[in-house]
Amino acid sequence: MIEARGLKKSFGKVQALRDVSFVAPDGKVTGLLGPNGAGKSTTLRILYTVLNPDAGTAVIDGADIRLDSMGVRRRIGVLPHSAGLYPNLSARENIAYYGRLLGMQDDALQQRIDELAGLLELEDVIDRRAKGFSQGQRTKVALARALVHKPRNLLLDEPTNGLDVMATRALRELILKLKNEGICILFSSHIMQEVAALCDEIVIIGGGRVVAAGTPEALRQSTGEQELEEAFVKVIGSAEGLQ
Amino acid sequence: MRQIFTVFRKEVTDNLRDRRTLMSALLFGPLFGPLLFAGMISLTLERSIGESVEALRLPVSGVDNAPSLMRFLSQNNVDIVDIALTMEAARAVIDAGSEDVVLIVPDGYGEAIRAGKPAVVQLVSDNANSNATKSIRRAERLLSAYERQLGALRLLARGINPAVINPIAVEDVDVSTPTGRSIMLLGMMNYFIIFSMLMGGLYLATDTTAGERERGSLEPLLTLPVERWRLIVGKVLATCLFMVLSLAISLLAFSVSLAFVPLAEVGMASNFGLPVAARIFLVMLPFALVGAAGMTAVASFTKSYKEAQTYLQVLMLVPTLPIIVAALFTLKPTLSLMLVPSLSQHLVITGLMKADPLSMVFVVVSFASTLGIGLLLLGLAARLYRREGILG
Repeated sequence: MIEARGLKKSFGKVQALRDVSFVAPDGKVTGLLGPNGAGKSTTLRILYTVLNPDAGTAVIDGADIRLDSMGVRRRIGVLPHSAGLYPNLSARENIAYYGRLLGMQDDALQQRIDELAGLLELEDVIDRRAKGFSQGQRTKVALARALVHKPRNLLLDEPTNGLDVMATRALRELILKLKNEGICILFSSHIMQEVAALCDEIVIIGGGRVVAAGTPEALRQSTGEQELEEAFVKVIGSAEGLQ
Repeated sequence: MRQIFTVFRKEVTDNLRDRRTLMSALLFGPLFGPLLFAGMISLTLERSIGESVEALRLPVSGVDNAPSLMRFLSQNNVDIVDIALTMEAARAVIDAGSEDVVLIVPDGYGEAIRAGKPAVVQLVSDNANSNATKSIRRAERLLSAYERQLGALRLLARGINPAVINPIAVEDVDVSTPTGRSIMLLGMMNYFIIFSMLMGGLYLATDTTAGERERGSLEPLLTLPVERWRLIVGKVLATCLFMVLSLAISLLAFSVSLAFVPLAEVGMASNFGLPVAARIFLVMLPFALVGAAGMTAVASFTKSYKEAQTYLQVLMLVPTLPIIVAALFTLKPTLSLMLVPSLSQHLVITGLMKADPLSMVFVVVSFASTLGIGLLLLGLAARLYRREGILG
């Protein structure tokens, strides 16, 4: 479970986050929805502890991001916006590097990689160098890398970026599968349909604030709009940055 | 420890698979110096040796008047040109500069010798002509050598020990090694050694920092439960390994290529064999940390691979500065100079190469100080890595 409380963050004079609070429960997919530049990535970066908040904090499965960043990192799997691989290493080596850094023993690690390769349909390329991988393959390997230590919380920053329809579908199915295993999944997107199709909870961010939150149903009701997109436009105040 | 090793192993494997890294780090970098250096040094030597071995061209008028002098000159590498010249004609030849020096043996020479009187010969030359100085000196030296030889024979013939006319025997004790040129050459060699080390680490220092960021692999890496200083230490150690490999290859190449060069002629120990190479290796070892940590720290500041390479190429010139200063001012090794990385290695290696090693205290201070500065730079690099801005 991820709980953000009053996160604030400025870069120089730019106030990226003014006040972000929300809860992403276990066994649910929570979508962080907002136009470009709303603060989605900054929020996620604070949650996966590469940025420090100026104020506020967040707690992930009991670990506070400000007090126990190592504990937080052990509890999360992360697919950042730019999830680069090492082109000279095979997919397996890319994943194993993270596994070893996470303290996994070799036997368990190789077993886990085979398991992930099966889950993500990577068997054909698992021992190939990452140099010539397609965007879809790269995302899958990066996802396998994020899942190698079976984290209970998964943070994905615009994971479907650059994926074709088939790869997007496959990713969606995987997210649902992980959700059913009781994992807390938080992912950001600016794509309405994606969020609508996947999310149990939606947190809408605009201008560095949470402007609305709740189930898709609740959002529709509170805004009095039947279509989620209309509801979104209403709470954000404009259709800017939406697809 | 295991995490550091994991990072180290990954960076080494990754870069060993990169052909560009291998070419520059383990081939071009370490071999460029030794080849260029050996080529240059043998060219210089060939020229200076060639001059003294070359026969002295000496036109002589009246060769028939002094057969035994002519024999003496021929034995001493003089190319005698038999010409008939009057004094005036000889002057004209010298004035025109077509000959450096001309020897005239007058007709009365043989007679005077036989009578035991001073026999006159004329050595015509233009002392103002600096190009001719070398030939003039050689001719003069040879003539006085012959004179001493004759004198000694005459004394012996009269039953006198020739030593009586040498009341004082001046012995020249030359303590200087021919250093003037060798300091420049050693400075160059030492820079090539440092250069090859830095080349060896250049790609890793950029790849593990700016490259990692540009590839987008830095951000996920930083979300792992690994303290950043461990990442940096692993990366810097991998860079160190490549630098040390490059150093070893470079020294091997030096010892092979210099085996064909008469080093003693330029005042270096003529045995740049494996023992000297091994000692130089040990002396240079701590510099790997200075280079690796320094380059990593600088590369951490930059935004892209290209920018990092630009800065690092400038940085690679920095270690030359103390060496140039040392060569220009002929710095003598002192304990405080041993505190300066690159300069201290230069001085220690210069000592080794001249078979005049510095005292162990100097070597230890150089090693310890360079290692200490390397650790400071490593701390700096780790600090830079803790910034949020590292993600760019």
